[in-house]
Amino acid sequence: MMALLRRDLTLALRSGGGFGLSLAFFLIVVTLVPFGVGPQTATLAGIAPGILWLGALLACLLSLDRIFQLDFEDGSLDLLATAPLPLEGVVAVKALAHWLVTGLPLTLAAPVLGLLLNLPDGAYSWLLLSLATGTPALSFLGAFGAALTVGLKRGGLLLSLLVLPLYIPTLIFGAEAVRRAADGLSPATPAMILAAITAATVALIPYAAAAALRINLK
Amino acid sequence: MELRVHDLACRRGEVTVIEGLNFRLAPGDCLVLRGPNGSGKTTLLRTLAGLAPPAAGRIELDEDAILYAGHADGIKAQLTVAENLAFWARVYGGADIAPALAAFRLGDLRDRQAQHLSAGQKRRLGLARLKVCPRPVWALDEPTVSLDRETVATFADVVADHCTAGGSAIIATHVDLGIAGTRLLDIAPFRAREDGDAGSPFLDAAFDAEPAR
Repeated sequence: MMALLRRDLTLALRSGGGFGLSLAFFLIVVTLVPFGVGPQTATLAGIAPGILWLGALLACLLSLDRIFQLDFEDGSLDLLATAPLPLEGVVAVKALAHWLVTGLPLTLAAPVLGLLLNLPDGAYSWLLLSLATGTPALSFLGAFGAALTVGLKRGGLLLSLLVLPLYIPTLIFGAEAVRRAADGLSPATPAMILAAITAATVALIPYAAAAALRINLK
Repeated sequence: MELRVHDLACRRGEVTVIEGLNFRLAPGDCLVLRGPNGSGKTTLLRTLAGLAPPAAGRIELDEDAILYAGHADGIKAQLTVAENLAFWARVYGGADIAPALAAFRLGDLRDRQAQHLSAGQKRRLGLARLKVCPRPVWALDEPTVSLDRETVATFADVVADHCTAGGSAIIATHVDLGIAGTRLLDIAPFRAREDGDAGSPFLDAAFDAEPAR
């Protein structure tokens, strides 16, 4: 398992692409917003939590198809499926690797982009916390979508259509936690629901995704 | 570890390609699969490896006994030869990769990225994986494609050593490997009838079967 995690992280770093691309996409989406809605600081502060969460979510979506597609094409996935690792474990490790190279950098970059959108003072720690607890769910749900679409040519668009509806609860409670913190209210309730969604996703998705992979491999 | 196959039928997609196949593979045996293109050699090997459930019949083999090597070698272009091999060695319990590199003359290439290897060198790396994954039954699909004559002989020696050590191998290939004691299995006679009922993919036995590992 550790060997697989190390391999995936090495590949992500060496092949460039996925790693920096999501971060750059996030940066560009967020900097485009003030051009679109105008520079009024009050307007920007009001929509900042939603924009930051939506930007992170879309950036995360960009690299999802790489989770299994490359391994499928070069035959590694067949070999991993017949290896002594449980396929559920393979899915969990690959989703974790995806989070480490996309979700984690997005989380760390978000406060800097919050400054651009005039996010109110009290909301920064909750922005970090909500993205840190919410983005793992995005990676794991994405791994499920990637497992469903793995053998398909040009499955990327279908993958987006499958996964985006599943992202709705995470988006609602993640953005709500930040918004409450920005308004000076207690963000504990949405933050806890967000954590619960992530916990359930991380626990259950590997089984569903492994089942989808088995069907696609035969 | 003996492999026994009883009345096996294999399915590729919705089409049954092989049916009524029986054979045994005892320790020390080397079985070469013959059959024209499209006769189901790959499908049979994937079924044996557990990647696809059998459409009918039974495969008796311990779950973790078979090592599958398909057309694609599962090599990562951005990793070096040694890193590719070391990954599989760790997945299968951490064997030393040096003997495997030496056997397939990859020692000089160990720090080269796999994307800069020739097709034959990639195949040698793919075959070197067999030596770091300690499993008794090898299921190999066209292992000699793009190998030169010398390397085919090396590969035949590796398979012969494996069988002498109590392992066994089932190999789909069109070339003569020259391994002593090889049995031939021609699967052409087991081809499923064209009018065999393909049936609905949602109602057939394949979906009711236990998920394969």
